[in-house]
Amino acid sequence: MKSMSKITLQLQRCARDITNMSQQAVNGVSHRGRVLTLDSMNPNVKRVEYAVRGPIVQRAVQLEKELKEGVKKPFTEVIKANIGDAHAMGQKPITFFRQVLALCSYPALLEDSKFPEDAKQRARRILEACGGHSIGAYSASQGIECIRQDVAHYIEKRDGGIPSNPDNIYLSTGASDAIVTILKLLVCGEGRDRTGVMISIPQYPLYSAALADLGAVQINYYLDEDNCWSLNITELRRALSAAREHCNPRVLCIINPGNPTGQVQSRQCIEDVIRFAKEEHLFLMADEVYQDNVYAEGCQFHSFKKVLFEMGPEYSNTVEMASFHSTSKCYMGECGFRGGYMEVINLDPEVKAQLIKLVSVRLCPPVPGQALLDLVVNPPQPDEPSYATFMKERTAVLSALAEKARLTEQIFNTVPGITCNPVQGAMYTFPRVTLPQKAIDKAKELGLVPDMFYCMRLLDEEGICLVPGSGFGQREGTYHFRMTILPPTEKLKVVLQKIQEFQLRFTQEFS
Amino acid sequence: VIDVFQGDLHKAGMKPLTFVRQVLAACVYPPLINSSNLPLDARQRTQEELGRCVGGSVGEGNVCGLMTWKKMKMLVVQDPQGGAEKTHRTQLSLLCDNYYFCGFGPWLRTQALLNREASPRTGVLIPVPCHNKTVLSIMQLGAVAVPYYLSEEQGWALQVEELQRALESAKGVCNPVALYIINPGNPAGIYSSQCGDQVIRFAWEKRLFLLVDEVYQDCVYGENCEFVSYKRTLSEMGPPFSGTVELASFHSVSKSFSGEYVCGLRAGYVELVNLDPAVMKYIHTLFSKDSCETVLGQIALDLMMDPPKPGDPSYLLYKQEIEQIRTVLVHNVKRVHEVVNSLPGFSCSPIEGGLFAFPRLHLTPKAIQKAKVTAEMQEDPDTFYCTRLLEEGGVFTGPGWEYGQKEGTYHIRFCIAVPQDVMEELLRRLSSFHMTFMKDFS
Repeated sequence: MKSMSKITLQLQRCARDITNMSQQAVNGVSHRGRVLTLDSMNPNVKRVEYAVRGPIVQRAVQLEKELKEGVKKPFTEVIKANIGDAHAMGQKPITFFRQVLALCSYPALLEDSKFPEDAKQRARRILEACGGHSIGAYSASQGIECIRQDVAHYIEKRDGGIPSNPDNIYLSTGASDAIVTILKLLVCGEGRDRTGVMISIPQYPLYSAALADLGAVQINYYLDEDNCWSLNITELRRALSAAREHCNPRVLCIINPGNPTGQVQSRQCIEDVIRFAKEEHLFLMADEVYQDNVYAEGCQFHSFKKVLFEMGPEYSNTVEMASFHSTSKCYMGECGFRGGYMEVINLDPEVKAQLIKLVSVRLCPPVPGQALLDLVVNPPQPDEPSYATFMKERTAVLSALAEKARLTEQIFNTVPGITCNPVQGAMYTFPRVTLPQKAIDKAKELGLVPDMFYCMRLLDEEGICLVPGSGFGQREGTYHFRMTILPPTEKLKVVLQKIQEFQLRFTQEFS
Repeated sequence: VIDVFQGDLHKAGMKPLTFVRQVLAACVYPPLINSSNLPLDARQRTQEELGRCVGGSVGEGNVCGLMTWKKMKMLVVQDPQGGAEKTHRTQLSLLCDNYYFCGFGPWLRTQALLNREASPRTGVLIPVPCHNKTVLSIMQLGAVAVPYYLSEEQGWALQVEELQRALESAKGVCNPVALYIINPGNPAGIYSSQCGDQVIRFAWEKRLFLLVDEVYQDCVYGENCEFVSYKRTLSEMGPPFSGTVELASFHSVSKSFSGEYVCGLRAGYVELVNLDPAVMKYIHTLFSKDSCETVLGQIALDLMMDPPKPGDPSYLLYKQEIEQIRTVLVHNVKRVHEVVNSLPGFSCSPIEGGLFAFPRLHLTPKAIQKAKVTAEMQEDPDTFYCTRLLEEGGVFTGPGWEYGQKEGTYHIRFCIAVPQDVMEELLRRLSSFHMTFMKDFS
């Protein structure tokens, strides 16, 4: 990651000089110093990278434009398997959710007999909780109260009765918003005392981007690729003691089920992590947005909170934690609504007051997203009219994902040069690709990281957009790419085949 | 309780715009496109909007912040406010890249402009009075808020000499890089475009980045007052200003008539002018990691930019609803001015724009002293006034200190965007409370 930033910066500096020169030529006047230049800009901004929408996506957009203009390519469409955006890939929304949201948007529809009664009931309840009975009004900064109560109920049910306090629930604009908010609270100190945040390698680049933005110290702990990307306490310990030399580690982030790796942590592992966090006095951040996306036999989602409480008061009264969920993933896939929440455990009451202040500055999370979240935690029950359709749709989405997960692992493992761990959960596969030395050399020549070179070639030759592993982090000398398993099954099969063909060609070319 | 503390029209009872809600509902639940309950243009518009979503669903995560709507492009190019600036803008290539769906708060939080680690610290000139969230945001980002006082005697006018004084005051304290303008103002309902060119000249001379918050651009009330954006003023000034002054202007659906004040949707946009192209690349990255805008919000913005036209089935109703809101606001503004100015010890500048009244309480030193003594927590007279007004009068307003005011002056702020009957009731309660208060604390 470091080498790429240096090279990218150099390239960009060149680009800037050229742009400046041409601008001067165009204006005919010497370029007057701007207030906001790369040098005067917040330096943290330069450190921020977000591979999921980075240079490869920009290239993909460029290719789409060219296709539209009728330029001949070896492919007829660009398949964007880079971002976990289910609806963009053709996944259908859940009917019940959309019905309630439509009723909330245009309450006159409450008179329309075509809408089922259970949808209307929920809509009325949500509207009653909104200012002026409109989703257009601001809500309380922490989120609409009755929705927070519903979220608390959902958590209690999910976790076998372990109580959840609505005051500890903060609704947010997607999970990302809540994650960044907590990080803001946690990051402080100067120099050797600067907050260090432990994140898994590979990780979802929101974390590295947020840490760069906040000027926190990123502490990498490596997931074990040879053991299905599992988390190793020994590795956590190694990372932590090394980090203590140069920063003040205070936070441990876990993504479960994992992104990009798809691993689902075992209950034992979660207990070990909690124990570790207590011993080492770390704040736990549990990113659980994929909690419904579990496919593999023998794998089960265990919420960090549930395990924490089942470990007894010694842990449940002391370990500080925040868990995150969202409406963007699972079977809903409603990324565009920006719904989400976090539950905080054992947070200092005075810090909670500061947290309320912090979230109030951004006023409130989008109300339609809050409404949607309410439906997710409060779906149709067996005795309600919409139940049958709801379950049918939900099951269809999740079983399709499970099938695609299986298919992906199976096919990739037949391709020489590609090895793929089982996709136990989430929405991605993160296979490892062995690159011939000549390809690595060629990449370096072009100033590209080898897996970026690989992915760019794949994009140019087959129109498939993936994200290079370097965007997520990987062990030195290994190369990966992340692909989503979201395209419809038939299209996915085509994608897998094309990647297979490309891999063979590529290996041959650089042999 | 009459809650006029925030600028939230729906909470206060103003009705949403039918057309907007119909389109949003149908976008959320596409089977409604075939419903005869919705007018044809609402249904057609829904299809257009959904057509822009890759998977035809508002649930997809739009490429964050980047306005790719073709119509935006069209509107930008044909923008009558663009003026002479158009030629220059085309040289900046890909006009749309200068627009991001992003509210002011999120823009600040990108921290592109504010460098927490800078020494001396970064400073931003802010008006007094000002929307308090702005000050909080700036402080949160480790920057210094440098106040410049709007002149209450001149109807809250912005005076360049005062900007100069503020800049001077920052010497040795911080390094001012930006000038934040609210146009029309909040809470001071001033509409400052009239001195726009002076401000721009000042920004140019002193090398300040202009942050212009124009979310209230639809709320301009003065007779013969027409909103003129800073961007337009900038482009009409021509070179060297038009090609060099860095400007970020903000708009939002939360405060616009045609956006029907959907605060709950959290949608707005920023237009960036004359920014360094190399910096723009980083801004693009920043926006891409943070999907802050909902698709519904972006659609609401689009409806705001491109509402029903004469001849469309929904046009008459739409126009009527907008006119109704506007009539209420204009009426309220007049009534507030009338009533407040008729009360002793209370005065209010003409409200030219925005959604708030910011009248001044005139208390004798004796009254101030007496109030301070009576106040349980020794709070300032304006807080005390507002607390009493809430408890005894049932009207929830904001004390002036939250927004900033000249030392020794006291104000209250309240939203004027409420139904007429609510406003009358508010003014009745306020008058009655005020008379009692003035008597008790004379």
